[in-house]
Amino acid sequence: MSIAIDREKCVGCGKCSMVCPGSLIKMDGQNDDRKAYIKYPKDCWGCTSCIKECPVNAVEFFLGADIGGMGSKVHTENHGDILKWVIISSDGNRNEIDVNRRESNKY
Amino acid sequence: MKTMRLEADILIIGGGTAGCFAAITAAEKDPQAKIIVCEKAHISRSGCLAAGVNALNAYITEGKTPRFYADYAKNDAEEIVRDDLLITMSERLNSVTERLEKMGLVILKDENGKYVSRGSRNIKINGENIKPLLAEAVCSLKNVTVLNRVNITDYSVDGNKIRGAYGIGIEDDTFYAISAKAVIIATGGAAGIYKPNNPGFSRHKMWYSPFNTGAGYAMGIRHGAEMTTFEMRFIALRCKDTIAPTGTLAQGAGAKQVNSLGEIYEDKYGLTTSQRVYGTVMENIEGRGPCYLKTEGISSEQNNSLLKAYLNMAPSQTIKWLESGKMPSEQNVEIEGTEPYIVGGHTASGYWVDTKRETTINGLFAAGDAAGGSPQKYVTGALAEGEIAAESAIGYVQNESPKDIPDEEIDAHIAEAEKFLFGNKGKSNFTCEQIEEAMQTVMDSYAGGIKTNYRFNSKQLKLAEEKIGQIEKLSDSLYAEDFHELMLIYELRERLTVAKTLIAHLEARHETRWRSFAENLDYPQRDDVNFKKYVNSKLENGKIKIIFRELVEEGQTYEHSN
Repeated sequence: MSIAIDREKCVGCGKCSMVCPGSLIKMDGQNDDRKAYIKYPKDCWGCTSCIKECPVNAVEFFLGADIGGMGSKVHTENHGDILKWVIISSDGNRNEIDVNRRESNKY
Repeated sequence: MKTMRLEADILIIGGGTAGCFAAITAAEKDPQAKIIVCEKAHISRSGCLAAGVNALNAYITEGKTPRFYADYAKNDAEEIVRDDLLITMSERLNSVTERLEKMGLVILKDENGKYVSRGSRNIKINGENIKPLLAEAVCSLKNVTVLNRVNITDYSVDGNKIRGAYGIGIEDDTFYAISAKAVIIATGGAAGIYKPNNPGFSRHKMWYSPFNTGAGYAMGIRHGAEMTTFEMRFIALRCKDTIAPTGTLAQGAGAKQVNSLGEIYEDKYGLTTSQRVYGTVMENIEGRGPCYLKTEGISSEQNNSLLKAYLNMAPSQTIKWLESGKMPSEQNVEIEGTEPYIVGGHTASGYWVDTKRETTINGLFAAGDAAGGSPQKYVTGALAEGEIAAESAIGYVQNESPKDIPDEEIDAHIAEAEKFLFGNKGKSNFTCEQIEEAMQTVMDSYAGGIKTNYRFNSKQLKLAEEKIGQIEKLSDSLYAEDFHELMLIYELRERLTVAKTLIAHLEARHETRWRSFAENLDYPQRDDVNFKKYVNSKLENGKIKIIFRELVEEGQTYEHSN
């Protein structure tokens, strides 16, 4: 269970680092080189708080192979009340699920 | 070491569900009170609600009463509960829900504007953002200061009266000494004591927050606070691998527990929380595993709703469904028990408190998973207890003068932190991670972990006690490269303290009242004559003293008297 952070995409805003409930994401570098990195990947709970905060989709969530993960990469996009989950499988198949924040769970 | 000294009327330790609600309540009750919340991470997503939750599982639905809810919890715990605590909690479940809705929580309603219930105790919500909503409410309060990334490691107690706490700032590399007239402990329960389901790369893919390491319990134990019912461990029945909750499938979609032959087995063992786990263990032992929740045959509309529901709470499960190429309607969901946790929000483990939620240390109040005696709290019960603890603390501080923490005590705590940060360099070849694994292996093997199907006997417990004692000594020599690692050492030591108390409690209850949760093979039967009582404990002169107490029954109220 963990995340991967794309250093090329990361803009160094620090939001993922701020929200991590395990304080696992740290920042390195200065000014334009300031980037987030996951210092303790094995300590990730899988809460996905970080991917919801990232403004540039630089943080991707994946299931560990030890729990049957098949290599999908997951990020989210904020569109007003819609939280869009984007799940891209290892063979490139893209799944999108829109969750409306105003709508309750039905079960 | 940089040192920061602060002063508060009320210090709240832990900015999770109960802690946030305690802060909001205290600030509203007394706008003049100076309130500090210390949070080891950041309150926006810290604690149990980080990923979200999609039902409020403790609610008094139409036609039901607080008594109904208390009786449910009592029955589920085979009577070892505090009736007075359950009732005082249950009476507030609906009013705290209304407060949550006012903060912006989306709750499902019918055409008449009434909440739609799920079963007889639950209502449905969109709780993905429940924690940010609570955090925003806290941050809008003028008399509350939130110290994020300050991890509290010890109390300051004068005689038997609280006067503050110590902590470390893991981002500002600072030592904190905070004096307070009253303290509310809301640090949650303890995960990571036992070897988890998947101890490798995904070791933290557990049900309970892996960042809840029993800090509150450990600090209380060390200062001689009375603790209750640690032996009622909580083992969650969860979706295999993702360890995602099953209530949405079982209660929401009506999925039954079935074995590999397709037989519904839940009726055979009973439907309490522990019986559901025990039944699954037994079906596997007897060769009828794996076990599942029967979702095959649900509608495609239900499929889509479930995918969304899990994204709002445990996104791994939705990804699992997508990666497998089969929706829940096409394949049953495999289930397994987790490793045991100590968590007062689900079982009755925690601080021994009175109805004001005051612990046996004067001025120290407990709420949420830290407080014992009152299981099945879920989110709303934790909020209710946060509210009660805050009201009590506000009342208490009116007659208290500011506290002063002596310099010598501060210096001793700084010296301890410096030992781990500097003094221990090169002392030991062991890392914190290795010692943590050692602890989990011992608990797994000798104190009823997954390895032994949660069972144990007294000889095994004796070995567990001995080995945990040795491991604790090894932890004295650990070295921390930085303040984050220093926090990890403190967390490990907290769990070792909790483990020792847990072992003593497991050993003290010479019966098996809850299969799987506390299944002692030397005493396989329930014994109402001798054990229809609480097992409590207290550290006295470095030894754990067990105290048996009579049950507080319906209509009775417990007050601290000794």
